[in-house]
Amino acid sequence: MAYPSHLSAGEIEEFGREMDAIRNEVMDSLGEKDRQYILSLIRWQRSMALAGRIGMMLSLLVSPWSELPWAGWPAFLVLLLGGAALLGISKIIENMEIGHNVMHAQWDWMRDPNIQSNTWEWDNVCPSDQWKHSHNVIHHTWTNVLGKDPDVGYGVMRVTGLQKWHPQFLFNPVINFVLMLMFQWGVALHDLELDKVGKGERSVESIRPMLRRVGWKVVRQLRKDYLLWPAFAAAIAFPVAMLLELNAAPIALAAFLTVVVGNLVANGIRNIWSNMIIFCGHFPTGVHHFTPEEVEGETRAQWYLRQLLGSANIEGGKIFHILSGNLSHQIEHHLFPDVPSNRYPEMSQRVKAVAHRFGLPYNTGSFTRQFGTTTLNIWRYSLPGGSAGH
Amino acid sequence: MQESGSLFGRVTRLAENISDAFAFPLKLSHYVELVNPLWTSHDMQARIVKVWDETATARTITLKPGKNWRSFKPGQHLRVGIDIGGRHFTRTYSISCEPEREDGCFTITVKAIPNGFVSNHIVRQLKVGDYIPIGIAQGDFYLPDAQPVQPLFITAGSGITPIMSMLKSLDAEDRMPHVTHIHYAPQQYDVIFAKQLAALQKKYPRYKLHCIYTRDPGGVDTPEGLKNQHFSQAQLEKYCPDWQTKDVYACGPQPLLDALESFWESQGLRRRLHTERFRAALSVSTEPGQTGTVNFTKSQAQFEGDGTTNLLRLAEDAGLNPTHGCRMGICHACDSVLKEGCVRDMRTNELMREPGTIIQICVCTNVGNTVIDEA
Repeated sequence: MAYPSHLSAGEIEEFGREMDAIRNEVMDSLGEKDRQYILSLIRWQRSMALAGRIGMMLSLLVSPWSELPWAGWPAFLVLLLGGAALLGISKIIENMEIGHNVMHAQWDWMRDPNIQSNTWEWDNVCPSDQWKHSHNVIHHTWTNVLGKDPDVGYGVMRVTGLQKWHPQFLFNPVINFVLMLMFQWGVALHDLELDKVGKGERSVESIRPMLRRVGWKVVRQLRKDYLLWPAFAAAIAFPVAMLLELNAAPIALAAFLTVVVGNLVANGIRNIWSNMIIFCGHFPTGVHHFTPEEVEGETRAQWYLRQLLGSANIEGGKIFHILSGNLSHQIEHHLFPDVPSNRYPEMSQRVKAVAHRFGLPYNTGSFTRQFGTTTLNIWRYSLPGGSAGH
Repeated sequence: MQESGSLFGRVTRLAENISDAFAFPLKLSHYVELVNPLWTSHDMQARIVKVWDETATARTITLKPGKNWRSFKPGQHLRVGIDIGGRHFTRTYSISCEPEREDGCFTITVKAIPNGFVSNHIVRQLKVGDYIPIGIAQGDFYLPDAQPVQPLFITAGSGITPIMSMLKSLDAEDRMPHVTHIHYAPQQYDVIFAKQLAALQKKYPRYKLHCIYTRDPGGVDTPEGLKNQHFSQAQLEKYCPDWQTKDVYACGPQPLLDALESFWESQGLRRRLHTERFRAALSVSTEPGQTGTVNFTKSQAQFEGDGTTNLLRLAEDAGLNPTHGCRMGICHACDSVLKEGCVRDMRTNELMREPGTIIQICVCTNVGNTVIDEA
């Protein structure tokens, strides 16, 4: 039984009104400071992306095979991995704090034609329009409702005892690990509901146009990171190598591969980090799940309550919150998905206080605790059984 | 615009596409913007290089446009984007200088109107060094290129701005014809460009300017005083006896232009009158529960709005199937653009009437007549 029994229907409505009041107050106070936040964030993120790519190019100058005076493995790896890290962090910020939030229409109030939910395409193999459907519409409407919210296990894992156990879930830990490394690919395929297609509940015909769209995005992302930038590096390395009277062709190839590896690392950094943060949103211990029957005829206040009970926060400092796309404030994000994310920290203080007064749980903890219990739960639910009330 | 067939055009476009592919899903221009906003191609911006007060309430802003700027015809206008309190507003202003300027800059002259918060912001808050997004110059209010025209200009207040562009251009091209110019202003120190107009009068005896003041300096606007100075046939006969032969270019507030149009219409000479209207973009606010016609532009459909049911439901009852998601104002899948009219957000009772506002049709209802670009 997922709803707390100590609150009457009327008390839940009061709770809803308090949530509405917090939302309205913040929305009414949006102004220039908020605009400057997102503008400077975008400037920083794009500068970091450029700096990361330039850093990786510069690493070629100190690569062990350049035979230049300051070359060597330590300098080379520092510049290459440093550049990859910068690029990876810029992808993290673009995907999480910028892209995900812009697509939630959090910044549409500015009416800035360059920052609009309907036109923003994010730096990820998943097409923006499919993400907006599977995430904004489906996940945020049906949060944690079994059989309706595809994010409950993503169609491939068992994350709560309420899900019926099948032998396939024995592979939970393996799938979890692979999904972590390849997370943007999982995201890309998310809206296709391949698990339903596999069971015959959805036709292959229905996903064909969506697959084409995914293909459109995948081609351009892969081309950029694994063809164009590496080719650019090779194109510069070749004449420079000739000038230095070195063997130009193998050096150009080495330059190509260096940038490929650097970009793989950058994309991997984004995949791993975003996966860890996102899984902490609904999988730590203490999060509630619901059945479709329980949410039948749900009022707006009950929707607020389900969002509070179904989400979990992570404690951290200011930089951590930005790097996590403020999904460390998953509760506030689920209560107020279209409120600009820079406001979540101040709103969390108020939501916490309201939850306390109404005797409601407020699931928050350290990154270790949230990610630790998430991982333990994924391992635990690979086996049959589990707390029926979770 | 590059011709699609030319080799140069195709090579340039190929180079652009390749360089954009390095920046996907952004464009190269987005990164160039970090270095110099005037070099962008995905967006055109202008830098404010000078501000100058023409009168107590009007200021000329000199702008240096970005790299895709095209020259304009004197009398045309352009859209500018102004950010106030984090929100973006679009307004249209006439260009007030000649296209023959050598420094590549152009000017707009904005008058702060009493309740206009965008115009007040432009006149008082914009500073040198600011960047604002701009559009390309457009409009059909300009003198013919080749035909000799002896124009009659009728302007009032800030309506003088497009005419000033025309006069400066005629001066720069050294082809000032016989011009009669009737200008209405409160008093002489309220005349925008007064000194420049005086200089033109001195240089060209055939430029005849008649300023009609609605009050004396230091005096007060009286209704009687204003009445005496409104446009009338008597005034026209007095300052421009051969008005029937003239092509007339007029710009100013609604009442003046309405009066001019009905007069020229009554004389059967409507074709000779060219007007530039500074349309008010805001519609009148009305009571909740106000019925009206709702127009969905993409489906080209019109239906009755009762002012209490949400627009999504109204559209569906009318047989349409607008894109939507959660139907409760959370997912923004139904986001549509308000083009004209006013809507009310039923969650907060907030009224929205700024054209360009994005509204969620599942939680908004119409207030009177509205035009919406649906999702």
